[in-house]
Amino acid sequence: MIYADNAATTKMSRVAIDAMVNCMENIWGNPSSLYEFGQKAKEAITSAREKIAACINAEPNEIYFTSGGSESDNQAIISAAKVGAKKNKRHIISTAFEHHAVLHTLKKLEAEGFEIELLDVHENGVITPAQVENAIRKDTCLVTIMFANNEIGTIQPIAEIGAICRAKKVPFHTDAVQAAGHINIDVQKLNVDALSISAHKFHGAKGVGVLYARKNFQLTNIIEGGAQEKGKRAGTENVPAIVAMAAALDDACKNLDANNKKVLALREKLIDGLNKIPYSILNGDRKKRLPGNVNFCFEGIEGESLLLLLDDKNICASSGSACTSGSLDPSHVLLAIGRVHEVAHGSLRLSIDENNTEDDVEKIISAVAEVVEYLRNMSPLWKDKLNGKKNFILEA
Amino acid sequence: MALYSEKVMDHFRHPRNVGSIENADGVGEVGNAKCGDIMKMYLKIDDDVVTDVKFETFGCGSAIASSSMATEMIKGKPLNEVLQLTNKAVAEALDGLPVHKLHCSVLAEEAIKAAVQDYYNKK
Ligand SMILES: Cc1ncc(COP(=O)(O)O)c(C=O)c1O
Repeated sequence: MIYADNAATTKMSRVAIDAMVNCMENIWGNPSSLYEFGQKAKEAITSAREKIAACINAEPNEIYFTSGGSESDNQAIISAAKVGAKKNKRHIISTAFEHHAVLHTLKKLEAEGFEIELLDVHENGVITPAQVENAIRKDTCLVTIMFANNEIGTIQPIAEIGAICRAKKVPFHTDAVQAAGHINIDVQKLNVDALSISAHKFHGAKGVGVLYARKNFQLTNIIEGGAQEKGKRAGTENVPAIVAMAAALDDACKNLDANNKKVLALREKLIDGLNKIPYSILNGDRKKRLPGNVNFCFEGIEGESLLLLLDDKNICASSGSACTSGSLDPSHVLLAIGRVHEVAHGSLRLSIDENNTEDDVEKIISAVAEVVEYLRNMSPLWKDKLNGKKNFILEA
Repeated sequence: MALYSEKVMDHFRHPRNVGSIENADGVGEVGNAKCGDIMKMYLKIDDDVVTDVKFETFGCGSAIASSSMATEMIKGKPLNEVLQLTNKAVAEALDGLPVHKLHCSVLAEEAIKAAVQDYYNKK
């Protein structure tokens, strides 16, 4: 199997699995119990917190464990909104191509009377700091902008945006779910007040994540109950998953440069290869993107059938077509960068990592080229374009 | 559990009657690119019997499978029977489709009816 869907989830790394199993076998006490065996679990969490804090240059007491990226996003946004509402500030700035964990939370707030301003992300999928600066108002209570997009991999100028927010005293949250473990994160340099992380995107376990919240970022509970996480997130800690997450992030950060060098070379080869397919286009800025992200649209075909045929060739990938999104519209990300519906239906996301090889990339390129041609040959839309009855949208 | 039944996957992987018919007696095209599926049916008709049928489809796996199945169900059939083909029958012949994919079988029914209509219009 060629796994090229690392933006969806990743395989757990050896160090993470070992840490997790060890914890399950030997450190299974409740961290809130006062006897020695319970305290051992508490120590494991403390050490995990320190490790993760070190990876992103934060203080350990600014790290809150959650059930994953979605919960972290929800809590960061709702917390800032609550503080804002108290001061009669109900304006929130974000972008049109955030993950649904952010967008749906914002939608809920909009129904409660908040004003949500979604910035345009341009055709290259990158916003400018000036857009944020111009959008900030006296009543802005939060800026939330993702670090790297989960579909097209584009990286946003987070440090510059953070500096603007800091100067204007507006809280700034970033969804760093796709960035963590893949590009360097330093919360001091980035000037962020809150940041979301999810373990399963960097070879940790699913269902566990981090909300980094700077000391002055006041948190509101999403989950009420016991006093875990300084009373900000109730529930007996998922100790094995937390310990594994720390091991995975530590491992990813230590090997970041070496992995990136390798993955970047594979990505460039993959992009060059797919670019040769006529009437195709790379989605998102070629340079300002995650090392492992490749996302293309192919005119005249539909993404789900492309995925199924790639699956038959043992290649795991994903698409932003309507048929794969489970709704009538194709991916909101592709629409946000200006792809028309017809073209957006024919999208393919390949997200590779350091476990992929040159051979994988070569196989992917030839498989995609073959499948695209096959599907085009049975597409009446393609035929109409070839014989001039309909216009091509993309360039040859 | 797989997304689709074995039957759907079989017709998707090995679609029957793909292609076009030159000088077809009836041609029907339904759907649109914006929604992500277009089906086109070509019929050869002799003595009110469908003697040959071909299809072209732009769409997802179930759209391709539905078109393929529908062509098999009408080949060799008299027009009065062809016009009675329902989307339900196509979906059942495929051992069912996921609920949000049922519209693919509807398109197959509509494409065939449009092709027959085209034949009557030309006559
Ligand atoms: C950018 C982004 N934010 C949030 C999430 C949600 O993370 P989780 O699956 O851990 O809830 C994801 C994962 O799909 C993501 O890619």
